[in-house]
Parts: sequence; structure tokens; C-alpha cells
Amino acid sequence: MTTNTTAADARRARPGPVLTVEHLDVIYQVAAPVHAVRDVSLTLGRGEILGLAGESGCGKTTLAYAINRLHRPPAEVTAGSVTFHDRDGHDLDLLALKNEDLRRFRWVKLSMVFQGAMNALNPVTSVRAQLDDVLTTHVPSMSRRARRARCAELFDLVGVDPGRLDSYPHELSGGMRQRVMIAMALLLDPQVMIMDEPTTALDVVVQRGILREILRLREELGFAVIFITHDLPLLLELSDRIAIMLEGEIVELASADEIYQRPQHPYTRKLLDAFPSLTGDRGAFIRSGASSSREPLPGSQPETVDPR
Amino acid sequence: MSYYGRKFAFYLVALWAAVTLNFFIPRLLPGNPVDILMAKLQQRGGSVDPSVRRTYELLLGSDSDESLWSQYLSYWNNMAHGDLGISVSAFPAKVSDVIAQSLPWTIVLVGIATLISFALGVALGIVVGWRRGSWLDSLVPATTVLAAVPYFWLALILVALFSSALHWFPLLGGYDVRLSPGWSWEFISSAAYYGVLPALTIVISSIGGWLLGMRNMMVSTASEDYILTAQAKGLRPGRIMMRYAARNAVLPSVAGFAISLGFVVSGAIVTEQVFSYPGIGSKLLQAVQNNDYALMQGIFLVITVAVLGANLIVDLLYGVIDPRTRARR
Amino acid sequence: MTNISPLTEPVSEPREGPVPAAPEAARRRPVSGWRAILPRWSPKLGVGLGLVTAIALFGILGPMVVGDPAAINNIGLTPPGGGHLLGTTQTGQDVFGQLAYATRGSLQVGLLVGVMATALSALFGIIGGYVGGAVDEVFSLFSNVMLVIPGLPLVIVISAFVPAAQRGAWMIAIVLAITGWAASSRVLRAQTLSLRNRDYVAASRVAGEKPWRVVSVEILPNLLPVLASQFVFAVIFAILSEAGLSFLGLGASNSSTLGTMLYYAQNGFALQLEAWWWFVPPGAVIALFGCGLSLINFSIDEIINPKLRTEPRKRAASRSAAA
Repeated sequence: MTTNTTAADARRARPGPVLTVEHLDVIYQVAAPVHAVRDVSLTLGRGEILGLAGESGCGKTTLAYAINRLHRPPAEVTAGSVTFHDRDGHDLDLLALKNEDLRRFRWVKLSMVFQGAMNALNPVTSVRAQLDDVLTTHVPSMSRRARRARCAELFDLVGVDPGRLDSYPHELSGGMRQRVMIAMALLLDPQVMIMDEPTTALDVVVQRGILREILRLREELGFAVIFITHDLPLLLELSDRIAIMLEGEIVELASADEIYQRPQHPYTRKLLDAFPSLTGDRGAFIRSGASSSREPLPGSQPETVDPR
Repeated sequence: MSYYGRKFAFYLVALWAAVTLNFFIPRLLPGNPVDILMAKLQQRGGSVDPSVRRTYELLLGSDSDESLWSQYLSYWNNMAHGDLGISVSAFPAKVSDVIAQSLPWTIVLVGIATLISFALGVALGIVVGWRRGSWLDSLVPATTVLAAVPYFWLALILVALFSSALHWFPLLGGYDVRLSPGWSWEFISSAAYYGVLPALTIVISSIGGWLLGMRNMMVSTASEDYILTAQAKGLRPGRIMMRYAARNAVLPSVAGFAISLGFVVSGAIVTEQVFSYPGIGSKLLQAVQNNDYALMQGIFLVITVAVLGANLIVDLLYGVIDPRTRARR
Repeated sequence: MTNISPLTEPVSEPREGPVPAAPEAARRRPVSGWRAILPRWSPKLGVGLGLVTAIALFGILGPMVVGDPAAINNIGLTPPGGGHLLGTTQTGQDVFGQLAYATRGSLQVGLLVGVMATALSALFGIIGGYVGGAVDEVFSLFSNVMLVIPGLPLVIVISAFVPAAQRGAWMIAIVLAITGWAASSRVLRAQTLSLRNRDYVAASRVAGEKPWRVVSVEILPNLLPVLASQFVFAVIFAILSEAGLSFLGLGASNSSTLGTMLYYAQNGFALQLEAWWWFVPPGAVIALFGCGLSLINFSIDEIINPKLRTEPRKRAASRSAAA
């Protein structure tokens, strides 16, 4: 069932972005309403990896959930539009889809990868059952044997032993759970994958492995990715373009290279400066804020560590 | 030790505790039950057979010089042989016979009523908990009224309503006394007919607890991450409700089933009293009224064993439905 | 007789983690100010408090106002009216007057047993949970065994062995408390365990605080909502159990409670004589009181488990989440 489209093929199939978000506003309607996402506009190209970076609470997760309409009350989309440009030529207004249509759209065209270390997998059913769920719901014509084959194929693809299909989530390590989540997200060959901090809870070695998988799979299958994380250096390595979010707004959106070499917004610079360099002088970061990326700008004082 | 091993061990300890409790209660409390019993026995025309007296002394305590420890061992010996003494109120029947005759009635009544109550309560709890914020939510406080209603009062009301006033159901008894007990269709349907009101009492009184517990758990579970994943996967709402939410939410209800069973049994005893239902509950009360201590002790033991047994079964079941318990050390 | 078991209520912790809830800071200590502990006002709480207060007042003040409940008249069984608000019993006694005294009796028992049972469960649950180790294992085992042995049969057997003359109110109360503390102790233990592992408790232990101080300053205040909820359960349990005992004729010998009234009602053939005014009110008082307490417990639940709250939402016509 793999179509083996490369990213380039995907772009040729239908030119233009696969997802367009325009002037999106999301408000938490509580006693003192919180404007979590302010007037956000972005486009996601086919087969592109778009990084979404920012500190905790800046609204990046809210944005991602709102795109797929997974946001829960009291969160409410108060303005804007989200349009999905399907590769078969149709355009879907995601915010206007009726429930049943939304349900059929989900996972088939756009899937998500949550933090696997969280409770994202049902603890009382086997992993196989949870993969099967997707297939029986969206492709009811698939035979049992075909489903088994597909699950095993995907496990191979992400590098997990298919023999573990009958395990329960608590029997798997964090890294394996994350790979399972990725396998599950790829089941129906989606055009977009939204990944919410997929590697944050994993150790760095495992993290690297997962990221390489993602890149490789993207090459093979041609899907686009919105990669959400607070870890900016990771995005610099991984993404094609990066959007920096601060307090609900996108303050900068440019290619990874641009962000690294010529950051425009002060907050972007601040973020870049916040990560110590592996190659600079020892102690340079704490004393003077020198990071691998750049000289400290005059006027931007780095945080000093209180000697007490 | 594995999960199953630990459970078995626990119930053995509980059983031991119950039997020991049974042994000590008459000995710790004031009064001389054996003399009272022997006097009653003589009134009924029974003989003061030394072996009979001996059995009673083992059950209830005596003034003899025999050490407590050796009494305790002999007591266990009797238990192992199923010798629970002779009943005074049903003289000359043996206690074990009296129990054997009335136990099935209670087991059937309580068993069926509890299962119905559990199934209904959990099912309703699932629906109410899943559809939060709908009009169903306002029903929930109403069920608390039901749960706070004393079993026996509810029984009285039902009897007054359906028996005295409407004459739909019989006032009391387990079956039409004109029929003779047996496996005939006539008898069974009569028994079922007479069992409706008692069963209804139990179901109505206990359903509130299941419903509330399940509803609260559904609400809790609905905000779990795996539910979000399931929704993102585009699964049908019904499937999410059952396979993902309910499947997890029901766990505490099953775990708590054991404790609730204790309450249901308690309620059943009183219900039987109201309906003069020929189960083990009314026998217990008869025994109390007649100072038939041996029968009382015997019934307590049997009830406890039954409840422990049911708990054990439920605990084993829990190990099956929650795979995480099997993994724990 | 109720199986609203405290054990079927989920024991919860404040949610942590990158979930798109209302944006807030990362983990923080549960607010221990009085504001956070008191229940939020809601209709349920209002009704609950109203019922409980009304019945409590009836029990406390009623007996001072009504006549002698034991006064026998020649009028025999009469329905409500003509000077007797709730009619009379078979021996011409005023049902309303009896109800007032009986309510007082039941409330006294309920309160007494509630306090004793809660104290016992706090002892075994909190201390076991905090100290851990062998003590915890023993306490746990003990409460599990007490839990699993059926309560009412045990109470019946104990009561039956005590000669009627010595079966006073205190005796009954003690017996009820002994058989009723186990369920709450499990809940308290679970909650203590979860609190014990919180960062701020660890911090105070590292700082060298004595154990009793840690328990009383850090842990107890956060246990208050759970303790309150368990106390309410204990009172409900106590009143219902005592009523059941009295109904069976095994209650305290000189007392007059709602259960005793029902006992006399049944023995006086109130059912067959369709004297509803005799047996309906006592049970109704129990049910309403229990209901009121449960509603209060609901509100306490909403403190313990914020997910149960129904947020006041603005139902705008804008596009919101699909189911």
C-alpha cells in the first residue's frame, strides 16, 4: 500500500501548499479569557518539515490541536480559517467540516504523533489492537491477514520488532512507544503529520535515532511535517522552515538557514542565545552568553548566574 | 510473588481471621451462652448429650479448665468436618442442614439482583459520564437519593405500593406455600414471581452506587491522553466510548465490587426480613431472636466464606482485565 | 446499606504535563489557603446544605417543641390531621413527636460513630501511609481484612451475643465504628501516599523537619477535603447501619431512633394496615438526610477532583471542537 512517493514527487503531484492557516485566533473562554493563539497565519508545503518553536505556554500545542480541531472546551476558535489542499485536487475547510466528515478526514489525510511517553496509548489493550483500530475504522474492506501484514510492515519500517505487536504499552520502553506512535501515524499514508514534542521525554541517543527515522520516512513517503518543540537547535538540524512563536503570535517565519544566520526578531535571537555551544570555551556561555551562533548584541544582556 | 499468588494468600488470611473472629466473639462478650443454649435445648425436649454439649462449648466458650489454644484447635477440627452444631430453633436439625436448605435462595436472589444492578449501573454510568453537560447530568444527584435510601424502608414502600395497594405482587414468602419445592416449572416460576419485589429492592438501592462510581471515572478518563489520541485517529465516538474510555473507567468499579458486595449482602439480610424470604438472612434473624447461637455463628461463617469467595473471583477477574497488574512485582 | 463506596471514587492528583489545558505554570504546590479548600457554591451544594441543616434543626429543636412522644391515647391508629401532624401510631402516640425524638437519636448516633470511625480510619490510613514499611503492610492487611468481612452480619452477631440489658447506645456506637472504618482508611492511605511523594514534602523532610510536623503542617491540610468527604460517608454509613440494626430489633435498648420507629411500625402491622404516615416519614428523613450529605460530598469531590467541575461555558455560535 506504500505509494513510495518522494518529497519531490509529492510537490509535483499538486503544486502549492498542503495546508494553509489564515489569521487563526484561539481563545480559552474562562473567567479571564486567555488569547492563546493570536492572528496566526502560515503555510505548509508538500513534503516540507516546518518547525514550530517557542517556550512552554506560548500556544504552539494549542495551535496544532486547533488545526485538527482537537482542542477542547474552554478553548474556542474565534476567527480565521484552516484549509487543507488535498493531493487529489479538493480543498477542505477544516474548521467547517461536519463531525462525520471530520472523523473520516482524520488520520487518513492528517495524523498526529503525541508524546509517546505520556499516556497516549490505551493501557489495557495491546498495541496491535490499537493499530488495527485505525484500519478497521477507515479501511473496513481490509482483511484480517492484510491488516496483520500492514502492521508488521510498518513496525519494520520504524525499526521495531513485529513480534512486539502483541505487547501492552507498559511493556515497551519510551523509545519503542514513540516508534509505535509513529508507525500508527503512518498507517494510512497521510499527507501531513503533526508531531507534538515527540522526542522531548527521550534520552538524546534515542532521540537522534527517531529523528533520523523521521527524515528517512519523509524522503520515502513524501509527507509534510509540523514539528513542535521547544528545542530550537534540534529544529535547526531537522526542519526546512521554522516558525518562532511567542505569546500566541508567530514572530518570525523563515528557512532554517535564515533563522540561524540572520535572525530578525529579538526573541529569536534570545532563543538562539539560550543554548550553550559544544565547541566554545568552557564557561563562556554562563559568563558572557557566548553561544556558537553569534556574538551577543550590544544592549541584550545575558542572564548572569547569581554566585550565591 | 505473582499477583494471583498474593491474592490467594490474602484470602486465606482473611478466612483465617473470620474463623478466629467467630471463635472469639462469644468468648469475649459477657454472658454464658452455652448454659442458655442447653436450657433451651432441654425445653425443646432435647437430651443433654455430652457430645452435644462439647460441640457447643467449642463453638461458644466454656468455664472449663481446657486451654484456649486446645479449644481453638478442636474448633478448627470441627470446622474442617463441617460440624457446626445442632440448631436450637430448628431442632433437631443440624446447623449445616439448615444452612444448606436456605442458602440457595439467598445466593440466587442476591446473585441475580447484584449482577443486574451492576450491569445496569455501569451501563448507565458510561452513558451519563460520557455525555457530560447534557440533561443526563442533572439526574445524577437524584441517584444519590436512591443510594441513601435504607434498603428495608424501600422494601416497605415497594410492598405497600405493589402488594397492599396494587396487589400486583405477593406480600411475603419465597414461593407459593401450596406448592412443594422441587424442580418443576410451576415451582420455579412461582419462586421467580415471589422474588421480583425483593430483587427490585436490591437493584434499586444499589444501582446508584455503581452509576455514580462509573460516571465519575468516565469523567476522569475522558480527559486522558489516550482518548485524545483515539479522537485524533478518527475513530467512531461509540468505539472510543466503549473500547477506550469505559474499558479503563470500569476498573475501579470492578476493584470495588468486592466491597460493595459486602453492602449488598447486608442489605439483602434486611430485605429478606421484610419479605420473610426463606433465605439465609431471615434464618440469621430467627436465630438471633431465639438465642440460637450455634446457628448464628454458622451462618456468619458461611456468609463470610461466600463473600470472600466472590471477592476472590472478582480479584482474579481483575487481574485478567487489567494487564498492568500482572506485571507488578 | 448503601454501596456508594468511597472506593469507587477516583483518587486523583493535579494534572501535570504538556496538555493543552488552560495555560498555567508548571507544577505548583496545591493552594492551601482557605479559599481553595471551601467548596464552590452551586445549586447542588445549596440543596445539600439546606436538607442537612433543616433535618439537623428538626432533630435538635424539635423535641423541645413537640409533646411527649410516649403518651398513649385511646384514639388508636389515625391518619394525619386533627392535632396530629403525622397521625398516630397503633397505641395513639403522636408520630410527629416521635419523629422529632427519633431524628435526634439517629443524628446523635450518626455523629458519634462518624467521628469515631473517621478517627480510626485516619489512624490506620494516614499513619500507615506516611510511615510506610512494615507498619504500613500490617495496617494495610488489617484494614483489607476488616473490609472484606461483611459488616452487618458481624454487627448482628456481636450485638446478639451481648445481653439486651447491656446493649447501650455507646456499645452499639463502638461496634458500628469498629466495623465501618476500613473503607475510608484505604482512601486516606492512598491519598497520603500520593501526597508523601510530592516535592514540597520531600523538601521539608530534607530540611530536617520532624515527622509529626511534616504530617501536621504539610500533609494534613491537603488531606482536609478527603477527610471531610470520608467523614460524610461515615455519617451516612452510621445512620443507615444503626437504622438497620434497630429495625431488626438489635439496636440500643433504650434509644429511640428512626430505625426503632420503623421496627415498631413493622411490628404494628403498619404495612398491612396501610398506615403510610407511620412508616414513610422515618425512612424519608433518613433518605433525605443521606441525600443532603451526598450532595455536599459532591461539592467536596469537585475540590478533590477538578475534572468533575462543570465549567460555566459561553455557548457562542462560533466553530468549536468536534466531539
